Amino acid sequence: MIRFDYARPTDLAEALREGAGEEVAYLAGGTNLVDLLKENVARPTRVVDIARLPLTGIEDTAQGGLRLGALATNTETAYDQRVQARYPLLSSALLAGATAQLRNAATNGGNINQRTRCYYFYDVATPCNKREPGQGCAAIGGVSRIHAILGTSHQCIATHPSDMAVALAALKAEVRVTGPGGDRVIAFADYHRLPGDEPWRDTTLEPGELVTAIDLPPESFPTNFTYLKLRERLSYAFALVSVAVAMRLEGERIAEVRIALGGVAHKPWRRPEAEDLLRGQEPGREAFGAAADALLEGARGQGGNDFKVPMARKAILRALEQATAGTPQSQTDKRIA
Amino acid sequence: MSQAALSLSNDPGLALASRPIGTVPVRLTINGEAQALDLEPWVTLLDLLREGLHLTGTKKGCDHGQCGSCTVLIDGTRMNACLKLAVTLDGCEITTIEGLGQPGNLHPLQAAFIEHDAFQCGYCTPGQICSAEGLIREGHAHTREEIREQMSGNLCRCGAYTNIADAILEVMGQEGWE
Repeated sequence: MIRFDYARPTDLAEALREGAGEEVAYLAGGTNLVDLLKENVARPTRVVDIARLPLTGIEDTAQGGLRLGALATNTETAYDQRVQARYPLLSSALLAGATAQLRNAATNGGNINQRTRCYYFYDVATPCNKREPGQGCAAIGGVSRIHAILGTSHQCIATHPSDMAVALAALKAEVRVTGPGGDRVIAFADYHRLPGDEPWRDTTLEPGELVTAIDLPPESFPTNFTYLKLRERLSYAFALVSVAVAMRLEGERIAEVRIALGGVAHKPWRRPEAEDLLRGQEPGREAFGAAADALLEGARGQGGNDFKVPMARKAILRALEQATAGTPQSQTDKRIA
Repeated sequence: MSQAALSLSNDPGLALASRPIGTVPVRLTINGEAQALDLEPWVTLLDLLREGLHLTGTKKGCDHGQCGSCTVLIDGTRMNACLKLAVTLDGCEITTIEGLGQPGNLHPLQAAFIEHDAFQCGYCTPGQICSAEGLIREGHAHTREEIREQMSGNLCRCGAYTNIADAILEVMGQEGWE
């Protein structure tokens, strides 16, 4: 592993001082960063261990939502009674991800900041614009089974690996950050980026900024929701395609709906215009199909991942049916009901 | 309390190129014994246990958090020792397979693994048992299906999964076991 200096601040102000500079990495649960250090992909000269900062709480907000501390673990969050009762979509997505050991260590802030699992990003012997700007992209024209079908650029076709982030996108969470320029709140849709011409930037965080919390809004979709994750194994694998649906029915009609996709793009994939097609409609295959087509418009495979386009369409239909019926996907029994 | 200054620079090429960086004082309680250590920041808990403290019951399989053979309990919670920098654990209590049971004083899970033939080569077994102990303490798994899902972070390439689930189910069902 590379060599680095180590700091363990105990308050936010100290953490931000230690975090100033170009080649600094904040370390929380370590489940992704320590691996990247071993692989020589992350090469900070200083590691700032933020795990002792007082950001571990999960608290009700004055607006009726829930604030998830950046350093609450994925396990603590998934099994929190308020999350389970009010935001079961988030709990389900968290439990669909990784393993018990990893969820016990991984934090909420770390989860949304994890890097892509693109094989070429990890393999320092191959070119990668995300790892080394200007090198080129070995995934384009390479083995592309896990790669993006939407929002790609000529520089990068990586996907974001988080399950949690897909649920947070559907819930319209907000990311609270602090940094040298003060505090700010970032809408979840604006937190992760498409690769464009700067694929090395996964998020809109500025240098030295730190996530302090993730806020869930009051509307929590406790009844009509699902997180449907399709992958190579039944457990402990990243999504090829995943779908988070959050829906509110009023009588026979859809009053509100959000659809977010994982495994298909550089960020959780939402298109409000696809959701607009369903609002006020009666649930049904025809309406679901129109929404799926709008959400997937322009989807294009890279060869090895062409299967993702029809797989995503079918997964969207099935997830909308699961949410409508109030029969969310079990994360233990993986049969798709 | 034992004292040790540990340097685990097992890749001399990198060590030669590195800047001089100091060690960090770290206090850990490992299997009930308090340890005062001076550690380089890049030493993982797994390398500390195996190479520094010669607790080789904890196995290095993939070293990337994918196989679970390095699973230990940190403050009672199961985690992958390969993905934890030891310096980040100052003040923590670590329990390894050596701390769970010993020859002649087997942990109930160790006895159940023997009873149910829940291993063949045995390489994954310390991690499986530490993980199963963590699973039981967590209390979220109640059925065979839930055990299989909650144990998915521990790979067994001999394929003893069915018997591992049997062993865990038996211990979960033992009267008085919490």
